[in-house]
Order: sequence, then C-alpha cells, then structure tokens
Amino acid sequence: MIIASLAFYLFSFMAVVGALNVIFQRNPVHSVLWLIFTFFNAAALFVLLGAEFVAMILVVVYVGAVAVLFLFVVMMLDINVIMLREGFLKYLPVGALIGVILLIELAVVFGGWTMAPQAEQLRVFPTPNPGIVTNTEALGRILYTDYAYLFQVSGLVLLVAMIGAIVLTLRRRTGVRKQKISDQVARDSQDTVTLVQVPSGKGLS
Amino acid sequence: MPIPTTELPSFIAAYPEILMAVSALALLMLGVFRTKDSTTLVTWIIVVVMAVAAGLAIRGTHDFQTFNHLFVINGFTIFAKVLTLLGAGLTLLLINDWAHDEKIARFELPILVLFATLGMMLMISANDLISLYVGLELQSLSLYVLAAFHRDSQRATEAGVKYFVLGALASGLLLYGSSLVYGFAGTTNFDGLAAAVKSGPNTIGIIVGVVFVIAGLAFKVSAVPFHMWTPDVYEGAPTPITAFFSIAPKIAGLCLFLRVLVGPFAAMIEQWQQVIILISILSMAWGSIAAIAQKSIKRLMAYSSIGHVGYALIGLVVGNEEGARGLLFYLLVYLFMNVGTFAVILSMRVKGKYVEQISDLAGLSKNNPGVAMALAVLMFSMAGIPPMAGFLGKFYIFVAAVNAGFVTLAIVGLLASVVGAYYYLRLIKIMYFDEPAEAFDPPGLTTGIIMAVSSVLMLVFFIVPAPLVNGAEAAAKALFLG
Repeated sequence: MIIASLAFYLFSFMAVVGALNVIFQRNPVHSVLWLIFTFFNAAALFVLLGAEFVAMILVVVYVGAVAVLFLFVVMMLDINVIMLREGFLKYLPVGALIGVILLIELAVVFGGWTMAPQAEQLRVFPTPNPGIVTNTEALGRILYTDYAYLFQVSGLVLLVAMIGAIVLTLRRRTGVRKQKISDQVARDSQDTVTLVQVPSGKGLS
Repeated sequence: MPIPTTELPSFIAAYPEILMAVSALALLMLGVFRTKDSTTLVTWIIVVVMAVAAGLAIRGTHDFQTFNHLFVINGFTIFAKVLTLLGAGLTLLLINDWAHDEKIARFELPILVLFATLGMMLMISANDLISLYVGLELQSLSLYVLAAFHRDSQRATEAGVKYFVLGALASGLLLYGSSLVYGFAGTTNFDGLAAAVKSGPNTIGIIVGVVFVIAGLAFKVSAVPFHMWTPDVYEGAPTPITAFFSIAPKIAGLCLFLRVLVGPFAAMIEQWQQVIILISILSMAWGSIAAIAQKSIKRLMAYSSIGHVGYALIGLVVGNEEGARGLLFYLLVYLFMNVGTFAVILSMRVKGKYVEQISDLAGLSKNNPGVAMALAVLMFSMAGIPPMAGFLGKFYIFVAAVNAGFVTLAIVGLLASVVGAYYYLRLIKIMYFDEPAEAFDPPGLTTGIIMAVSSVLMLVFFIVPAPLVNGAEAAAKALFLG
C-alpha cells in the first residue's frame, strides 16, 4: 500500500512539475517535450487507478500523435514566444477578472450540488469489477453492442473529416514525374538501346 | 467464462439513414474511379437517393426506438426529416448548376451535402444526448468543408475558418452543458432525462447545463446573441452553399431545438422559457434592424434568416402543441421561400459573372419581368403580407402565442415584421421603380423551374393550407405524445 501511495505522489508531483514547465519554458519546442513528459506521468497515474486501457491510449494517442503534431506545428509556424508575451501585462487584469468570475460561478454551481435521488438507478451500465474483466474487454463489450450505433456514426464523422482534408488541400499538379513501376518493368531494351557500329580508329563523327 | 451475447438491433427504423450512408460510400467510389467529371451524375443519384429516403421515412414504422434507445422515430421525426430532405434536395440542384458555371464542379461537393443531410437526419432522430452530438457534429463538419469549398477564393476560405472556429466553440458549449446535465441527472437518455427532470428537484446545476445546451443549439440555428458568424459566413461562402446553409440545417436545427426542449426538459419549461423568449425577441429585432443597412443581398438574407429564426422560436416559447404546429408550418413555408429567393439570387449573373449587390437588381422588371415577378412574390411572402404563405406562417405562430398568453411577445413579433417589411419591400421598389442596371443573363433551366415553382407555391399554400397544417399538426401531436 505504501508503495502505491509513494508512486502516486511521485507521479503526480512530476506531472505538476511537467505542467508548470510547459508554460514557463521560453522555447516552445521544450514546452512540447515537457508536455510529453506530463502525459507519461498522467498515464502512470491511470495505471495506478487500474485503468490500463486509458493509460495506454493516452500514451499512444496523446504522446504518439497529438504531441508530435504539436511539435510539427511549433516547428513549422516558427512562433515567436517573446512577441506572444508582449501584451501579457496589458491583458492580465482582464484575464484575471474573467478567471475570478468563472471561479465564483463554479463555486455557486457546485455549492448547490445535490444528486438526483434516482441518479443511482439510472446508471444503466455500472462499472464492472476490474478484477474479473479487463478494461479493454469491458469497453469493447459496450462499444460494439450497446453503443454500436454511436461507433458507426463516429466513423462517418471521421470519414467526413478525411474527405474534407482531401477536398481542401489535394491539388493535381501537371508535369509531376511519378515512378510507374509497370512502365519500368514493361520497358524493353530494344526500344531504348541502339547499337552503333563505330569504325575503329575514327571516333564518333 | 461464457461469451456475452447481444441481440442485433432492429435496423428497420433507420432504413433511410442506412441507405444514405451506404450510397454516400458507394458514390465516393464511383467518383474516384470514374475518370470523367461525375458531379452531375452524382448529384442526380443523390437527389434520387434523398427522394427514396424520404419515401422510406414516410412509409417507415411509427413510434419506434432502436439501437439501445439511442435512436427514435415517430410522426414528428418523419415530418422533420422529410422537410430537411426536401430542402437539401432542392438546394443540391442549385449547387450543381452553379458549380459547373464556376468551373469548380467536383464530385465531393454533392457527397458532402449528402453527409451533412445524413447528420441532420441522425440528430433529428436522436434520443440521447450522445447521439444528438454525433449527428450534430457530422452535420457541422460537412458544413465547414462546404463553406470553404471554393478554396481558391479568399472569402470562402475565411468563411470556412470562421465557421469552423466558432462552430467548434458552440460544440464545446453544448458538450459542457450535456456533461453538466449528465452529472446532475445521471443519464443522457431523453426518456430517462424526462423522468429525472420531472420528479427531481431541479438544482441550479442542471439549469446551467440546459442553458449551455440551449446556447450551443442557438448557435447552430444562428439566433441572436449567437449569430455573429452568420453574415460573414453567408457572404463569404459560395451562393448556392449559402442557400443550403440557410435552409436544411436551420430546419433540422429548429426541429432539434423543439425536440430537446419539449422532450427531455419539458418539466423545466419555466426555466428555459425565459431564455428562449429573450433569444426570440433579440433575433427578431436584430434580424430586422441590422438588415436595413445591408448592401449585399447575401448579407441581407443572413439577417433575414436570423429574423425568421426569431419568429419560429416564438412557437417554441409557447411550448404546447399549437406552438409546435405553428413552428413546423413556418419551417415548411420558410423552406420554399428561401429556396425560391436563392434561386433568384443565383440567376443574378451579368455576362457569366455572378453579382450580389442589391443595387444590381435595379430595374429588373424591365429586363427580366419573370424573375422580378417571382422575387416580388417571394419578398411579399417573406414580409408576411397576404395573400402569400409567409403571412399564414406568421399568423399561426402569433395566434399560438396569443392563445397561450404571450401577448407582448406577439406584439414584438408584429413590430419586428413591420420593420422587416421595409427592407423586403425596398427590394421590390428597386426592381420596379429604379433605373435599369445591366441586364442579367437568362436563368438556367433548373434554377428557373425552382424559382417559378416556389413562388407559385407561396400562393397555393395560402389558398389551400389545410393539408400542410394537418401534417404539421399530426407531427406536433406525435412530438407531445412521445
């Protein structure tokens, strides 16, 4: 038990350190690297909670895809952080004010928090015991049965995103030299190689 | 360990949607592998698919839930779906004509329209906050791409980006609201929510959640104060796509609005009614006042549609069967009014180039009396002047409001329509009494037919409204039963 709490404090401390570094780094590339570090620690926290599927997804999706995407964007856009920070002090009071208002609103909302009495029964799918069923299996059981409809429609949404990306960016350029394997294989030596009889001692023309 | 089994859900309720999804996939293949330009072919196939889907929807079984209660059909969803399909199909024909004129015809264009329409159908049939969201997102994502479809035009790209960023924000609001609702009610299913809202003490948490959901939906139907994207997107997007934006998503969005508020949140009517009253008054007022100064006819149509959403929302405020009937009838009239008007706007071409300033309409009655006549009829209808169907649409809404005791709201609506009449009638004045500008090219065949038919329908609806009103009434009844 003590090891688990030690691990928890280690990972959460590291996650907070990483998160702070994300915003305080001067170099945006370093920020992204710290972000990846934070994701790894968050994934470790999920493992401690017994949610191994979410942990792995976090690593695969966020570290593998999103963070790398960020890195691409940061490097390609050449963002000047100093310029971004210029208006920082000017906008600080307004930002702080909005933050405080939001905080008060949240306090008001959560101050009046009462659960609906029937909320418990309305939970149609109680969490299965992680000791018996693995996360992946539990998710798969409802994702492909009860929520198959949502799964399919989400697929359509992704398809539309793909079509959109192609429609908006693909340009057919003319004059591009593409490798065509079939043409290369079908090429015959007789079409391209000409044998020239060179009289000895004279050289070419 | 036994392998858990599950029953195959019944697909019969979703036949129209399945047909549309499968044909969209098949048409993508067709478009890719057919070397010639297949835009026209794909467009016509999609129009046929939409017609068949509408037929399937009408003939489908009534009052049925499937896919683990995520999906529902009843008389109301059928009515809403047929309206949406009608609007989408008609605008698709306009889009096809235009795409060939502008030489940007690509087969993805009609397919994206099909996907957007599919999203609308799914959200109309949603019986759960999650299925509502995925349907809405399928629709919105297709619309963002459509807005930017003319990718070499800077304005269209700007419109697309603006729409995307603000739309994503609205989706965020909607999701945040849904999560609060789920947190406080313990379910996302509409029936479960209805039960929880009815019995429970409705704490401030669930109210905040519902307000966020309303904000998200109000954005999608562009009601004031969530309208700021509308004029820019409508002006920047290519004209027939603007036509599509202003018809099918508006109809589907308002039907969804109706379904969500009088369905799961029916018992909270006192809470949401005030919000909708405010949104409705602001939309009517701003839609009429801001339109006066517009020079571009597309911006004018944007403000006009904001105003119309305001009137339609009165039907929602009332929150009873009569109000819902008024709203549905209004949407029906709005559909044909807008299709016709956009057909006219699409025939505003001088020597093959599209123009969109209101001043270009000057003296249209001399150059092209047929088009001028059609636009005059449509504008009278928009302004709500008898003997046009637009009058009846407003009439049913206002009567519902007065009967339910919302006299002030009805009076505000009347005043707003008087202000609105000014700019609609100004168009007629410009067409009939100003010095002629350069003559337009004769309109294309499909565009001409759509224009003529919709302006004639404005008169027909006024003379024989009974079948349509009965249809709307049946749909409204089904809504309040289920």
